[in-house]
Amino acid sequence: MISDPDVVGLLYLVTIACFVIALKFLSSPKHARKGNWIGGAGMLVAIGTTLLLEGIGNWALIAVGGLIGGVVGLVGARNVRMTAMPQMVAIFNGVGGGAAALVALAEWHNEAGPTWDSTTSIVLSALIGSISFAGSIIAFAKLQELLSGRPIVFPGQNVVNILVLLAAAGLGIAAIAGAHEQWVLWALVALALLFGVMFVLPIGGADMPVVISLLNAFTGIAASATGFVLDSTVLIVSGMLVGAAGTLLTLLMAKAMNRSIANVLFGAFGQVQTGVGTARTDDGRTVRATTAEDVAVQLSFARKVIVVPGYGMAVAQAQHDVRQLADILEGRGVDVRYAIHPVAGRMPGHMNVLLAEANVPYTQLSEMDEINPEFAQTDVALVIGANDVTNPAARSDPGSPIYGMPILDVDKAASIIVLKRSMNPGFAGIDNELYLDPKTTMLFGDAKESILKLISAVKST
Amino acid sequence: MTSLPLVIELTILVLAAFLGFEVISKVPAMLHTPLMSGANFIHGIVIVGAIIVLGGADDTFTKIVGFIAMVLATANVVGGWFVTDRMLGMFKRRPEPKKDERS
Repeated sequence: MISDPDVVGLLYLVTIACFVIALKFLSSPKHARKGNWIGGAGMLVAIGTTLLLEGIGNWALIAVGGLIGGVVGLVGARNVRMTAMPQMVAIFNGVGGGAAALVALAEWHNEAGPTWDSTTSIVLSALIGSISFAGSIIAFAKLQELLSGRPIVFPGQNVVNILVLLAAAGLGIAAIAGAHEQWVLWALVALALLFGVMFVLPIGGADMPVVISLLNAFTGIAASATGFVLDSTVLIVSGMLVGAAGTLLTLLMAKAMNRSIANVLFGAFGQVQTGVGTARTDDGRTVRATTAEDVAVQLSFARKVIVVPGYGMAVAQAQHDVRQLADILEGRGVDVRYAIHPVAGRMPGHMNVLLAEANVPYTQLSEMDEINPEFAQTDVALVIGANDVTNPAARSDPGSPIYGMPILDVDKAASIIVLKRSMNPGFAGIDNELYLDPKTTMLFGDAKESILKLISAVKST
Repeated sequence: MTSLPLVIELTILVLAAFLGFEVISKVPAMLHTPLMSGANFIHGIVIVGAIIVLGGADDTFTKIVGFIAMVLATANVVGGWFVTDRMLGMFKRRPEPKKDERS
């Protein structure tokens, strides 16, 4: 039993230091794993300290709850496929937010005469935690394709959403002003849950990186608010660290898509703008299809090849085969690099994890700003299942919906080979001018099959 | 637990925000997914809140709410940590020998 509050505070300070070091170590893949272990140790210190606090009982319930949660978490973490990582992160955001909201509800129930400041913390914790919980469940359902990834919209949606949020905020203000009835917070939670559902429903699959980052920030802030409820510095600091991480990633993702956050949340992308860019492409240029044999010759005799992977590659589960192809080419002295756009995949950094899983060494993975100047010295750019992030219209056509979005300068390479299932437009629903470039040839078919054909063709070249 | 003045807590909050931005802006884009799952793990710190609520619960209502919070928070902590560890283990400088390849 630890009864000295200074000792408790110091132990929690150890946890805070561990978390900061864990994040610090994430600045390089060399130390990152060690950092995670330090963070884990910090968490154990916090849990141990809390269990030894004075007045903690109900040991059986704590043990059983911990056991159930632990098994569920462990099994989930062990079995999740790397392509499903966005869903996993979404669901963990949700449970974290849910736990924060529940703690707030319990405190509301038990506090006899709450002061205005503790009520404010309870309200914020319940509000943000519930939004994060419900929003994350919808994000999960969309990513898992239990719900359509397309935006789900109805007229007046934004107005209804704002009214729901205002009603929840009104209840919160009433509670802070002194309405201490139990139902006030319950109604607030119900409205916040409804808002969480409604604000994620209209957001399309391609915008998920922004939404997941934002929900991550929400959950962190909810945990921080819980810290104010319980007067716990470790919760305040840790929650805010996550809040900062989520906010930063949200801004980065929005920037990588050249959209404002408001536009992502309230724009329902892909609804209004479909077909805008189509008129421009109909000027006599056509796409040229090619064969695996031709591509194999080009690749084998290239000095430098940059692979541009997109989510289409991950959907086809072709990353292992791509790695194998790259290995063969490297064995023949070809310099192979991977160009990763910030929004390749369904969450920030997703593509790097998918390639790392396929044993691509991280030294070959290059970020957009780093690799863009290199396309001009590249013989072949091999685009596998990527679309909008390679569209030169983002640079040149002010009428294009993606105008201004930072892209990979694939069109600067000496020749471009695009592996694509069909001529369907990408997520943004617009045509890609790259495909009409005279330097571009298209290899149609399933990404995995195409790569396998390429491997055997390269072997016999 | 000691109760700090609100102003002190707000000061801590704001400093933590600046610290977070500073540290996290150094994380390369390559590691953004592990960063996010690592952040996921860190917000599992609400487990402290869950233990305090459940550990101090006297009535059935608080016990139920606290129990659910405990389950959710533990799943968050354990799952967040293991999935981050698993991912970070995949980032290698050079390809491993092909024998331990998972597909």
